[in-house]
Amino acid sequence: MSKTVIKIENLSKIYRLGEVGTGTLSHDLNRFVRMNILGQDDPYAKVGHVNDRTQKAEKGELVAALRDINLEVKEGEVLGIIGKNGAGKSTLLKLLSRVTSPTTGSIKVKGRLASLLEVGTGFHPEMTGRENIYMNGTIMGMRKWEIDRKLDEIVEFAGVAKYLDTPTKRYSSGMTVRLGFAIAAHLEPEILVVDEVLAVGDAEFQKKAIGKMQDVSQNQGRTVLFVSHNMASIQNLCTRVYILEKGQYYYDGDTDAGIQKYLNNRVSNTETKLSERSDSSGNCLLMFEKVIIKNNGHEGINLQSGCNAEFDIYYSIKETLEEVVFRMIIVDNQDVVRFVCNNYHSSRPITRITEDGKITLQIKNLPLPEGKYYFHLLSVSKNTKLHDIEFAGSIVVERGDFYGTGKIPTFKSGLFINHNWISY
Amino acid sequence: MEKYDLIIRPKRHAFDINFKEIWQYRDLLRMFVKRDIITVYKQTILGPIWFVVQPIMTTLIYMVVFGRIAQISTDGTPQILFYLGGITIWNYFQESFNTTAKTFTENANIFGKVYFPRLIMPFAKVTSGLIKFGIQFAFFMAVYLYYLFTQEGAVQPNWSIALLPVYILLMAMFGLGTGIIFTSWTTKYRDLTFLLTFGVQLLMYASPVIYPVSSIPEGTMRDILLLNPFTPILEGFKYAFLGAGHFSWTSLGYSAAVATVILFLGIIIFHKTERNFIDTV
Repeated sequence: MSKTVIKIENLSKIYRLGEVGTGTLSHDLNRFVRMNILGQDDPYAKVGHVNDRTQKAEKGELVAALRDINLEVKEGEVLGIIGKNGAGKSTLLKLLSRVTSPTTGSIKVKGRLASLLEVGTGFHPEMTGRENIYMNGTIMGMRKWEIDRKLDEIVEFAGVAKYLDTPTKRYSSGMTVRLGFAIAAHLEPEILVVDEVLAVGDAEFQKKAIGKMQDVSQNQGRTVLFVSHNMASIQNLCTRVYILEKGQYYYDGDTDAGIQKYLNNRVSNTETKLSERSDSSGNCLLMFEKVIIKNNGHEGINLQSGCNAEFDIYYSIKETLEEVVFRMIIVDNQDVVRFVCNNYHSSRPITRITEDGKITLQIKNLPLPEGKYYFHLLSVSKNTKLHDIEFAGSIVVERGDFYGTGKIPTFKSGLFINHNWISY
Repeated sequence: MEKYDLIIRPKRHAFDINFKEIWQYRDLLRMFVKRDIITVYKQTILGPIWFVVQPIMTTLIYMVVFGRIAQISTDGTPQILFYLGGITIWNYFQESFNTTAKTFTENANIFGKVYFPRLIMPFAKVTSGLIKFGIQFAFFMAVYLYYLFTQEGAVQPNWSIALLPVYILLMAMFGLGTGIIFTSWTTKYRDLTFLLTFGVQLLMYASPVIYPVSSIPEGTMRDILLLNPFTPILEGFKYAFLGAGHFSWTSLGYSAAVATVILFLGIIIFHKTERNFIDTV
């Protein structure tokens, strides 16, 4: 059995909303005396509130960004940490990176831990590429001789050999990011904590970056903690996932099962009206209310490949809207986009909406193979976002006779497309 | 029981300061100093010259206001050297204080992204401040040597010039100590920033920078002035170079003791603040 390299026990982080300090001098003093002189816990920290961002914060209310987290990571594991916005991922990262310290509990780490919440920390535009490598490297905890040894490798990985002695202010933004990542990639810590912000730069570089991370974990036996929204890269990289929900433990285990659980959870509240969903954004001048799915005219979320699918999207409005665009994105159970329906492209924006109503998206001959899918909804008026809900609902597609030949295809990837084979 | 290299816990003892870790990060200190230098000198032709303009102008103003109009004594030494010397050594304290007092607010961005012993930052500022001091001191020396060789007996240097490094060190300790106390407080109470420039100015007038202790009549006023821990440093500095002023081991020892206490307190307060400041800044 491989050894545990990170052990997190009963970890909590409490934030006070609205103001800093307990609010009164006497509380401040009381807390000071108890915590600093008597060495007790903060008497005003209430561990117990669930972090729910939908409710408006009361003044001075305490919120647990993380609550009672227990987690063990073994050597060589690539652990993906996932969760919605506000689930506590960033807080966990900050605690691991020692940017801030926990309210209760502890984190024990074996070996050198380097965390990348950002690439190129400490870069100064007036300094040359070489100087910035040393600046950033030492900020990350490298010694000068370590950097001396790896300088050539870093420069080669970043592809900036020609501009090494040019101030980085003359670099393109892509070059700066590449240089930053190159330094980070050559840190060689036993444990690497990576935020998804690293997924920057062009596609080629992203591939290189992900490849480097895989290399680090698989070939060098290092441990990686990876935080991301992107299910595809989690699936690619991680051997295990840990899901946070409102600052608390939700799931810990196998990657595939975890991703399923996470996505299911995101739409588990399909019963809640869309207009009351807390994870939506936009100015809400138009709000989606509900979506009714019809299969050849019958209501229900079960569809078949090749069926005539209709999505009745009900909405309410606050004022008259013009030039309204609706968009639905269908993603599969790995959050990979299968197709996009957008009335801006396929027909034209709705000229005018004066009252609450519905719009129907009709897909004749549904091209989706068997599987479970989710849809994101968005409406836009004249370039302003009205309402945007990810994972607004789910559909289940059963095998069906897409081509109308009486034969039923069984594969699950890609899409069906009407086509002809012409033989001569 | 398994052994872990690093344990992150809610609280540490006030005195649990990891100096070993600071030592491990010494290369970072060097880089911060280098960065400060580069950012000041790159793309300016006159660069360092600007550092000399300020003492010259201030000295001229003091010569007119305090020397001519108020006719405050300079213990019989050339006014220009008296003021310039006072300003030069005082500036180093002021520079160290002003830069370290902004440690948290100015570096919130870096501190929010990566961990390193935060004390490295103010240490670096005090170190790079030495360069500015060096330039201003060189200018002072140029004027000083001119007087030394052209005007017989105007200045009387003595053995205590050897204590110059001690004076500089004490000024650095004061600047660093007060600066890190200040920056720790300003993370919570932003309004203290307004005190910053104002406070240093007041402190300067309360210290014998532009007047000698001998110009203050014996009595309560002088006793208070002698309690000021800056007094022995400023008087000692002028005594060493100009031969006028007061020097005693006791007062220097007093000053060193106060500097040590302030620096020590500063490190403790700073250390306590650094752990959670990112939540409040």
